[in-house]
Amino acid sequence: MTRSTVPVRLYVNGDRYDIDIEPRRTLADALREDCALTGTHLGCEHGVCGACTVLLDGQPVRACLMFAVQAEGASVRTVEGLAPDEETLHPVQKAFWEHHGLQCGFCTPGFLTLVTGYLEEHPEAQEDELRDVLSSNLCRCTGYQNIVTATMSAAEEMRG
Amino acid sequence: MKPSAFDYVRPLSLDEAMEQLAIDPFESKVLSGGQSLIPMMNFRLARPERLIDINRVPGLEGIVPGQDRVTIGARTRHLAVQNTGLQGPLGSLLRTAAAQVGHLPIRTRGTFGGSIAHCDAASEWCLVARLLDAEMTVRSTRGERTIPAADFFQAIFTTAMEPDEILTSISLPALDDHHVTGIAEFARRAGDFAIVAATAAVKIEDGVVTRARVCLGGVSEVPWRSQAAESALLGSAWSAGAVAEAAAAAADEVDPPSDSHGDADYRRDLVRALLPRALNTAGAGS
Ligand SMILES: Cc1cc2nc3c(=O)[nH]c(=O)nc-3n(C[C@H](O)[C@H](O)[C@H](O)COP(=O)(O)OP(=O)(O)OC[C@H]3O[C@@H](n4cnc5c(N)ncnc54)[C@H](O)[C@@H]3O)c2cc1C
Ligand code: FES
Ligand code: FES
Repeated sequence: MTRSTVPVRLYVNGDRYDIDIEPRRTLADALREDCALTGTHLGCEHGVCGACTVLLDGQPVRACLMFAVQAEGASVRTVEGLAPDEETLHPVQKAFWEHHGLQCGFCTPGFLTLVTGYLEEHPEAQEDELRDVLSSNLCRCTGYQNIVTATMSAAEEMRG
Repeated sequence: MKPSAFDYVRPLSLDEAMEQLAIDPFESKVLSGGQSLIPMMNFRLARPERLIDINRVPGLEGIVPGQDRVTIGARTRHLAVQNTGLQGPLGSLLRTAAAQVGHLPIRTRGTFGGSIAHCDAASEWCLVARLLDAEMTVRSTRGERTIPAADFFQAIFTTAMEPDEILTSISLPALDDHHVTGIAEFARRAGDFAIVAATAAVKIEDGVVTRARVCLGGVSEVPWRSQAAESALLGSAWSAGAVAEAAAAAADEVDPPSDSHGDADYRRDLVRALLPRALNTAGAGS
């Protein structure tokens, strides 16, 4: 059954996107298909893997478990919006690069947004707490150790 | 997969939400945090024709302490419960339980009331509600009513709410400082639904248990108040040994299901292990 589309205005990484979508379009699909921001990945589509994690008003959420219409009026930040400019990596991106926090990279956008969202709100977070946060997302390659190392290093750098 | 098509309604007041839901209650679903409903829609296990999104309805969020009871708005996010500054044994139970609901990105969206309306037998909030004889306030265009937890949770994914009713708030008794509370659970991976969970609130006066409440998850279709454990504890001298005996009584009493997550005997073992952990007496001498 097809239903009519509705106009939705999204603010993603500071840019405005006026799109026409069916209400059943998840935020993850709208970002990928309608905003051409394919950095947000989709793994399980039921909230378990975390590949689709984005920041909604600064808080990590599963973009597969929200409809895009629900994000109207909110500020969305995706992996494309982490780096301050074309030349500079965000401290979390830089730490993942330097500490080999990724292999195939499929899970990486989700980890980067998750970690960035958490560290920006909790710069003082210690390892136990960060391990608990990291348990939100799945990685099938790294065995997590380097993700933990990268996260700890990013935390230190962001504390300055 | 992708959800099937639906009409999306975003009411801006509770009255409007109730009216919208009343139009076609059997084909409509209330959308709160979406952390259970949207996975089911993505898998097409749920195919509502209409979604009534209550995320912009004012007045449904917050934790309000009163004289004898604490009222929690249905749309209060799990994360807000985890961060509550509520004092006393109830506050500490709520914070400990919230930290075990899924993961951070689930807790930023998922809601206290959504969890209770969803009625999963292993859900932390259903357990806490049944443990403390919570009262659920529900509203529809037909009026308002309050349903005690003993009647509310009926079967797996089935509550006493009618399809046109919206859960608006949940009230819990404010526990005085003579209470010890806690929750402990076991799951294979961090953040998964528990295979078995145990929660308890025990009142201790002059070293004697004067009130005992014990509730178990993962051992029956709905949260299970263990009368065996409660009567074992009541009147006993508070000790690790008394808790261990109560846990053994609970394990004997329950008739858990066997499934791929664990057979009945395994679940009974978990009951025996988890109740002392919930009350922080595990490993202590008797
Ligand atoms: C990866 C993952 C892990 C999880 N782990 C856990 C866990 O460990 N423990 C746990 O308890 N939960 C867990 N959950 C589920 C989560 O807690 C959900 O938030 C919760 O079960 C439902 O709340 P919600 O606000 O998201 O409701 P929704 O998904 O929006 O709704 C759920 C159901 O309740 C109905 N409903 C919701 N609100 C109302 C209302 N106010 N009035 C009437 N009906 C209403 C809806 O119509 C729907 O049928 C997990 C979810 C995921 C995706
Ligand atoms: S795709 Fe969203 S959590 Fe896996
Ligand atoms: S790097 Fe391959 S899944 Fe994480």
